[in-house]
Amino acid sequence: MSQATQENTAQAGDLLYGEAETELRDAVRSLLEDRCGWREVLARTETAQTYDTGLWRALAADLGCAGLLIPEAAGGAGASYREAAVVAEETGRAVAPVPFLGSAVVATAALLAAGDDELLTALAAGTTTAALAIPFAAGPGAGPPPTVRIGAQRPGESGYPLTGTVAGVADALPADVLLVPADGVPYGLYAVPARDPGVALAPVVSLDMTRQLADVTLNGAPGRRIASGEAAQQAAAAALTAGAAVLAAEQLGAAERILEITVAYLKERRQFGRPVGSFQALKHRVADVWVGVTQARAAARYAAACLAAGRPDAPLAVALAKAACSDIAVRAAQEAVQLHGGIGFTWEHPCHLYLKRAKSASIGFGTADRHRASLAVLADLPGPPGGAAG
Amino acid sequence: MSERAGAVVTADDLRGEVREFLAGHDPAAMDRLDFLRARFDAGLAWVHYPVGLGGRGLSRDLQPAVDAEFAAAGAPTNRPERNGIGLGMAAPTILAFGTAEQQHRWLRPLWTGEEIWCQLFSEPGAGSDLAGLATRAVRDPVTGDGGPWVVTGQKVWTSSAHLARRALLVARTDPDVPKHQGLTYFACDMTDPGVEVRPLRQITGEAEFNEVFLTDVVIPDADRIGAAGEGWKVATGTLMNERVAIGGGAAPREGGMIGSAAQAWREHPGLRTPGLHDRLLRLWAEAEVARLAGIRLRQQLAAGQPGPEGSAAKLVFARLNQEISEFETELLGPEALRYDDWSMRRPEGANFYGRGAGYRYLRARGNSIEGGTSEILRNIIAERVLGLPAEARVDTRVAWKDLPR
Repeated sequence: MSQATQENTAQAGDLLYGEAETELRDAVRSLLEDRCGWREVLARTETAQTYDTGLWRALAADLGCAGLLIPEAAGGAGASYREAAVVAEETGRAVAPVPFLGSAVVATAALLAAGDDELLTALAAGTTTAALAIPFAAGPGAGPPPTVRIGAQRPGESGYPLTGTVAGVADALPADVLLVPADGVPYGLYAVPARDPGVALAPVVSLDMTRQLADVTLNGAPGRRIASGEAAQQAAAAALTAGAAVLAAEQLGAAERILEITVAYLKERRQFGRPVGSFQALKHRVADVWVGVTQARAAARYAAACLAAGRPDAPLAVALAKAACSDIAVRAAQEAVQLHGGIGFTWEHPCHLYLKRAKSASIGFGTADRHRASLAVLADLPGPPGGAAG
Repeated sequence: MSERAGAVVTADDLRGEVREFLAGHDPAAMDRLDFLRARFDAGLAWVHYPVGLGGRGLSRDLQPAVDAEFAAAGAPTNRPERNGIGLGMAAPTILAFGTAEQQHRWLRPLWTGEEIWCQLFSEPGAGSDLAGLATRAVRDPVTGDGGPWVVTGQKVWTSSAHLARRALLVARTDPDVPKHQGLTYFACDMTDPGVEVRPLRQITGEAEFNEVFLTDVVIPDADRIGAAGEGWKVATGTLMNERVAIGGGAAPREGGMIGSAAQAWREHPGLRTPGLHDRLLRLWAEAEVARLAGIRLRQQLAAGQPGPEGSAAKLVFARLNQEISEFETELLGPEALRYDDWSMRRPEGANFYGRGAGYRYLRARGNSIEGGTSEILRNIIAERVLGLPAEARVDTRVAWKDLPR
């Protein structure tokens, strides 16, 4: 290695998996393999309880995954986005119907930015689950303008009545607390008890039923203000950035697993008197997916490392990771359906779970295209003069 | 020069040794080659090589400290850019498969640059199917076993052949066995009167490569590398080094071809269109991710966890170079209709940055062909990394001489 290379390598941070990260991965994988096989996941999508709250309790409280990002002083593990990304790779592998992303990452990042220790302590214990009431398709940036309005404070009440609808929120269905950005004077981020009579959660028939969305309607529901003005904007933006980075890791895990399933099938399925995996036309397609996974892994690790260390390159790193991982997860799942042939198009095969998760996640927290578009500013690549693309 | 038994050698120790060496060998007062030979003999050439062969059996990571200390003193280098195949492929092959006598005879002049090496592998009839090659090596009928070999055939795509003193050569020594089993590996003396080198002009107008015609070239048995019939095993080792050498370069952000495209984009706002903008953002993101993947690969190697990801690097590098150079010609438009120079020249290697966008576009087409085509690399990934079964083949069990040609 030249001197310059060594410096570059150090600047990027550690892109490998550390020993503690590997131990965490093993524990999570073992739990998910035990309790979250694809047949159980598929069966649950056709029940009223699409989220597996029992599995979530085991992951959140018993394994401590709910408090990874929360400081030890607030009862958390004091870990970082590196560890959260490893857990997400595993929940992605298993297409697990748990609100890890929404509660332990997105809502937690908003609360960390807003500095709300009371809720953070409850989240860290794994006894309370929260969701940020922003459409899953929002991002990058601070999200769309709020669709919830603040009403006048009623005499004798400490909270503010909130009214309005947020459509297509991920991980809201199992949440105990909703974090709601609301407009009015002042603009703010409010904590609302999800079981309050003023809150209606309408389950959405979702493209991905392993992460079922909900339309959240508030009708004078009481909100406790946790941040206002600029601080509230920043909390929402931090949450969406964290969400995009960790969702990218989840997509990486899903891509890797569906590639494994596809390769195993190509070895076993025989046509024309030989395994179909011996045909170059198919080999080259899975080789290209594997290459894409190796690239996406570097991007996902870099994003996690940047967020963990608070590097100024984090916004660019997250944009790269979300773009790379969205593209490869969708491609891996689409190739899986095609390379499995007829069986891959059936309900009884896991391919569609990965396809729907991948496609839905590619829209979640900003499409690959929107994240690449943000590079126009982040990497100084402005669009045509006077054009809208700049 | 003796190693302190049991002590861990640090970069600082080596810097001290370099300063000690320089105190006794003033680069300003010495002949360049004498200086380089003395540096080799002091074990400061490549510290990861064994003691007695220019090194100290240390980690490769310690070499940059040694090089930097020599550079700071204004010492001459061995001009590694002139002997890429020698240093990158011949030396590791000789180290892994050569006899002690061959290592002592070849490695010093190779490292100092006195002897440039080239690679006589591909043939007009054996490109991706290298094991099918037809260049014949037969024992001199008079002397028989133990005597010299006589080689006849044609090789192609040989860079540096016109500069080289020696070549890595694979030839067929037994046509009566299946093709992978009948090959033998040699070091060929390029000054033999039976060696004829002709420039091979490429689509860029210049000739980086050569055709090499071998007619009754005599190679002493002492220059055979590995046993007769073991040539495929040795060649496979050489090719793995080639892929690492081609795909592995690390650079800063925008250090590769994307830097030239991004610069052109920033300098010419009037040439921007929405469609090109989308392509640029896509290419920039992919190039930056590929760079991060290269950094990750290096971290894996440094941590002693070499993974198969290296085989992905060359595939991605080739595709991106092609797409980025295509993009750049379209961005530049009318300017890309002019080409800087079609004249037949003999550059020492590809130079992407000293030339125009048209040159970059044309030269990049070779990136997915040289050093293993992208299709062969995909086969390697599918079979060796993913473990998919090999394609049904008709050519691996019959004698080479009976294969249809």
